[in-house]
Amino acid sequence: MEKILIEIINLLVVFSFLVLPFLKAKRLGYATLAILTIQVLIAFSLVFLVFTNGNVEYSYRGSFVTGNIPIRFDYLSAWFILIISFTFLTGAWYGIQYMKTYKEQTGNLQLHAITYILTFTALFNICIVQNAIVFLVVWELMALGSFILIIFEHYKNETLKAGINFLIQSHVSILFLTISFIWVKVKTGSFDFATIANYSLLHPSMGIGLFVFFFIGFAIKAGFVPFHTWLPLAHPAAPAHISGIMSGVIIKIGIFGILRMLTLIKTDFMFVGYFVLFISVITGLYGVILAIIQHNLKRLLAFHSIENIGIIGMGIGLGCIGLGSDNQWLVIAGFGGALLHTLNHSLFKSLLFFSAGNVYQFAHTMNIESLGGLLKRMPHSAYLFLIGSLAICGLPPFNGFVSEFFIFSGLFKGVASNQFTLTLTMLFSIVALVLIGGLALICFTKAFGIVFLGTTRTEIKVEKYIENPKRVFPLYTIAIAILFIGVMPFIFSSTLLKIIGLFQVQLDPISMPFINRNLANITVIGTYSLAFILLIVIALFIRQVFTKQSTCKSDTTWGCGYTGEIKKAQYTASSFIRTFRKLAEPILYIKKDKKETDEIYPNLLEQVTHPYDKIETVLINKPIYLFKKILNRFVFLQNGNIQSYILYGFIFLVTAILLPILISKIMGLINFLNQL
Amino acid sequence: MLSLLLIILTSIFFMGIVIRTKSLASGRKGPGILQPIKDIIRLWKKGSVYSTTTSMIFQIAPTIYFSSIVMAILMIPLGNQSGIISFGGDFVMFAYLLALGKFLMIISALDTGSSFEGMGASREALFSMLVEPAFFIIIGSLALFTGHTSFYEIFSTLNYGSYISYLIGALATFVLVLIAMIENSRMPVDDPKTHLELTMVHEVMILDNSGFDLGIILYATPLKFAMYGALIANFFIGAVPLEISIPLFFSIQIIFAIIVGILESFMARFRMSHNPQFIFLLTSVSLLIFFGVLLVLGKFI
Repeated sequence: MEKILIEIINLLVVFSFLVLPFLKAKRLGYATLAILTIQVLIAFSLVFLVFTNGNVEYSYRGSFVTGNIPIRFDYLSAWFILIISFTFLTGAWYGIQYMKTYKEQTGNLQLHAITYILTFTALFNICIVQNAIVFLVVWELMALGSFILIIFEHYKNETLKAGINFLIQSHVSILFLTISFIWVKVKTGSFDFATIANYSLLHPSMGIGLFVFFFIGFAIKAGFVPFHTWLPLAHPAAPAHISGIMSGVIIKIGIFGILRMLTLIKTDFMFVGYFVLFISVITGLYGVILAIIQHNLKRLLAFHSIENIGIIGMGIGLGCIGLGSDNQWLVIAGFGGALLHTLNHSLFKSLLFFSAGNVYQFAHTMNIESLGGLLKRMPHSAYLFLIGSLAICGLPPFNGFVSEFFIFSGLFKGVASNQFTLTLTMLFSIVALVLIGGLALICFTKAFGIVFLGTTRTEIKVEKYIENPKRVFPLYTIAIAILFIGVMPFIFSSTLLKIIGLFQVQLDPISMPFINRNLANITVIGTYSLAFILLIVIALFIRQVFTKQSTCKSDTTWGCGYTGEIKKAQYTASSFIRTFRKLAEPILYIKKDKKETDEIYPNLLEQVTHPYDKIETVLINKPIYLFKKILNRFVFLQNGNIQSYILYGFIFLVTAILLPILISKIMGLINFLNQL
Repeated sequence: MLSLLLIILTSIFFMGIVIRTKSLASGRKGPGILQPIKDIIRLWKKGSVYSTTTSMIFQIAPTIYFSSIVMAILMIPLGNQSGIISFGGDFVMFAYLLALGKFLMIISALDTGSSFEGMGASREALFSMLVEPAFFIIIGSLALFTGHTSFYEIFSTLNYGSYISYLIGALATFVLVLIAMIENSRMPVDDPKTHLELTMVHEVMILDNSGFDLGIILYATPLKFAMYGALIANFFIGAVPLEISIPLFFSIQIIFAIIVGILESFMARFRMSHNPQFIFLLTSVSLLIFFGVLLVLGKFI
């Protein structure tokens, strides 16, 4: 039954290849949505089946290259498939409306639609395939698919550049994954994931190395610092619904990979925990610090994805420390928080990107400095963006708070441990998480306040923009989901427990009541969030009663006596974060273009700041520059002369053939000399 | 329930005591103790003027800000009487609720499109971000000290055994007093009585609020003071019967109010650029508390 359903999902891709190239504009959109909806519905029912009946496991025979191909659909896969499906569905829904602007580019749209479905299916398969070679193939499909999705506007130079950057970095990720899979294959002789578990059980010290390799491979995809540099480039370049999916889902597949490996590799989890926690804290802080100084709204959101990956990583690190120190409570709070935050982030981040997409289609710019007062022009998008902002800052009563609370309660439990280092680590992680929350607050008050509030900073040519119900419907669906998780987190407790059960932890029946009580203690915050909403409603009602009789006038904003135009006097995004920027100067890299005045009556003066990523400059740009410098010495080889190229080929072939012979001769000689 | 009532009672006379202290310190007689609350009640009855630039957010933000504080107060216990809401890790929700209120006040300031209010909003966002680690480290240390993770459990099991623990209590009180000053935008960081918009933080954010909205924003200040005062009081009350704890609570609140008044009379406001350093100082003091706790528990290696 499940096997057939999974096969149907895969066959629908072939179907879309056959059908979509013959459709145009509107029909194309609806056909894509229809196919994707069928796939998603099947995926949902599969997820439901797995969560009720337990794992699904079967295998294909495969070829002599791949060997047996096991398909294992377990709770972890089901959880991620749930996240992927929902985001892809809302993304497709929103995408149809978003793509109306490009309806003339039929061929491009068709490619986009097919790739969209292909990427979804690839992601689906990544979650269930457990054969290294097939896994790499679907991983590659996903990477290529997202590349094509990103470069939809490939006629723009920047988009193409960002896309190629993404392509290269995702192949570096694949390189690491390939190396680690080859490692396992060489040692065990099988491509089955199950052998990873066996191998690391026999060689626990090797397990750490293996994990680090896997971690780097997956971390590039997930966007952990310092492997994040592709992310802030690719997100702004892609169309809004693709940015939402990239940030909501595709980077999460890296998290999936890390979690999957943690279910398999048996090693010193203490070390792994500290390692992941350390990287995650840095990722979280660095992501949000850079997010604050961005001028481009989508780039800001992209950096925020890095921050949230950091929070998820903190959960994972906490869980690993729990595994290492045999503390069930840390395991549950850590992995539970990480899993829940993965879901939550996919919701609010896609919501934020979709509303940002609406802003883009309205104002045709993403520069925060030139936006303003959009709340009155596009109220729906504005309030939805506000909900997303509150959720991403982890404020109650929204869902971000629930997952952060999970991690917090784990950290506070960890503080009470008996190990000095652990106590200290936990305390600093708490401080980091609190700082991340506070910085996110600065960032999103800036983003929301400057973009949507006040008055317009530059004139916006409004062509025809209607916030029609179709455009905002998927966004409202997400917003409802956000609020729902915020007030009713307990519906996920049993699901989360099932997934956590996969992480080599013994949830024995004796401690079960204890665990359930603690979990109930965590999820009780949903009830209080609901109470808080009620309190707000009552307070607003009281306000209504109080202010009913009193007079209410309208006037201009108080400008300390100044009554003229305030448009230009408004606080800008740069000035809003200026104090922060001064404080964080040492770790930032900001280029300033400043025009100095030299006259008594100065004309127009301006100052432009360009925020750069210091890690990218140091870790990627500099080495590439040096590398190029070295390679430039050999530029004479590329002389455009076909004869020399043939000569190079010949030289290569001769060396390739002669080298082994030569080496064996030398070895023989050495042996001979040794025998003398 | 009891702590809620006591905090509301305290909030009525708190600002009066602060103002009276300040007047006496500067050699004036000063207004009656209940004058501030009378002013607030007068504001509640007044009509309001809204800027044409503002939107819905400007109108609902003060109410949500106020509700967030009320919700936070519900979590505060009184000695061995638990608050209305009490669960493991409730202080996280406490801090995040206050953050939600701040978020809305900041965006409502930006909603007016005024340059002054943007300035205040920017400072408020930064300072509240900086002050939060100190609070969490203190509570984290107390959680470590008592082995519990909710306000009620922490405060009802808090007892001072050695000299170091007295020191911890004193330092924690010191930090909490200063946190309360910063959160309410009072003297060392911000001067609510200044008449220059450029140097204000919280007051400049609410330049455009009027009538009922301004009333509840102003009422939020004594309420927040009383809330932090209740937290400080909890350090000293411990598990004693009600007939001792209630008078003790009020006397601590009054002492706290007088201290605030004295601080405001004899301290000058820092330069704006010195504020972050000052707030960082709180974090380091709270780290001292943490190490003190480790020392008491003998967890140093």
